[in-house]
Amino acid sequence: MASLLHKEYEVVRDDYSLAGKVSSDIKRTLSAVGISPAVLRRIAVASYESEINMIIHAWGGVITLDVMEDGTIQIVFKDPGPGIADLEKALTPGWSTASEKARNMGFGAGMGLPNIKRVSDEFDIQSSEAGTTLTLGFREQA
Amino acid sequence: MKVQELIEKTGWSCATQKAALDRTVNGAFCGDLLSWVMGNGEPEQAWITVQVHMNVIGVASLREFSCIIIADHAVLAEDIIARADEEDIPVIESGLPVYETAKKLVELGI
Ligand SMILES: Nc1ncnc2c1ncn2[C@@H]1O[C@H](COP(=O)(O)OP(=O)(O)OP(=O)(O)O)[C@@H](O)[C@H]1O
Ligand SMILES: [Mg+2]
Repeated sequence: MASLLHKEYEVVRDDYSLAGKVSSDIKRTLSAVGISPAVLRRIAVASYESEINMIIHAWGGVITLDVMEDGTIQIVFKDPGPGIADLEKALTPGWSTASEKARNMGFGAGMGLPNIKRVSDEFDIQSSEAGTTLTLGFREQA
Repeated sequence: MKVQELIEKTGWSCATQKAALDRTVNGAFCGDLLSWVMGNGEPEQAWITVQVHMNVIGVASLREFSCIIIADHAVLAEDIIARADEEDIPVIESGLPVYETAKKLVELGI
């Protein structure tokens, strides 16, 4: 299926101060093409949590945004490692390996991935030592 | 109630200069764990927190909170206030503990 809108963003490891910038741009971009506020809000939550995870747990990475012909919004978060050893644990609410530094800033509740899963219409996560790829899909609710 | 009226009625100080004060405040949310706030906050709420780093501005903007109320005596760095102005998120300092801050909002009917 053809993509009507395509954007790519780079995310830098450990750059806490910029965290949320990509998610803000995604929200603005989608708002400009007429995506409804209800869907934008779900995307903002999922995108923010995923962006932060790339910054605090992974070595940065690339985020791609596509709006498909049928109106589906696809966002892929791809990082180069270190990967998630136990996906089942990672998806359990409250489970976290966040560093002391991250916890002091209010990260590490272990609610990011559960939040992402709850608000997205499609959720797929693949992980190995070569990195983690999180693919999310959103569409307008009938 | 609008953010402007909240500031007038509480006498709390507004740290931002440009951020719009005509937003409606509809309820409030207390929390310092960012993913908890992201997952459970609602648009238009006033967000009471003691977190004062840059990410707070991103969370408030993405979550569409009407304003951030910094409780206790947490101190905001200038670059964070500048970012809040940029993102158009009013930041208010209550100078009171979280509980007292929330109680004041309840008294005002928020
Ligand atoms: N991109 C990633 N690369 C490596 N590990 C990850 C990645 N994303 C998540 N994880 C692992 O999964 C765990 C759970 O992630 P989740 O986002 O649910 O919670 P958290 O980031 O620890 O805390 P919170 O999101 O509540 O601030 C993390 O602590 C981390 O161990
Ligand atoms: Mg997380």
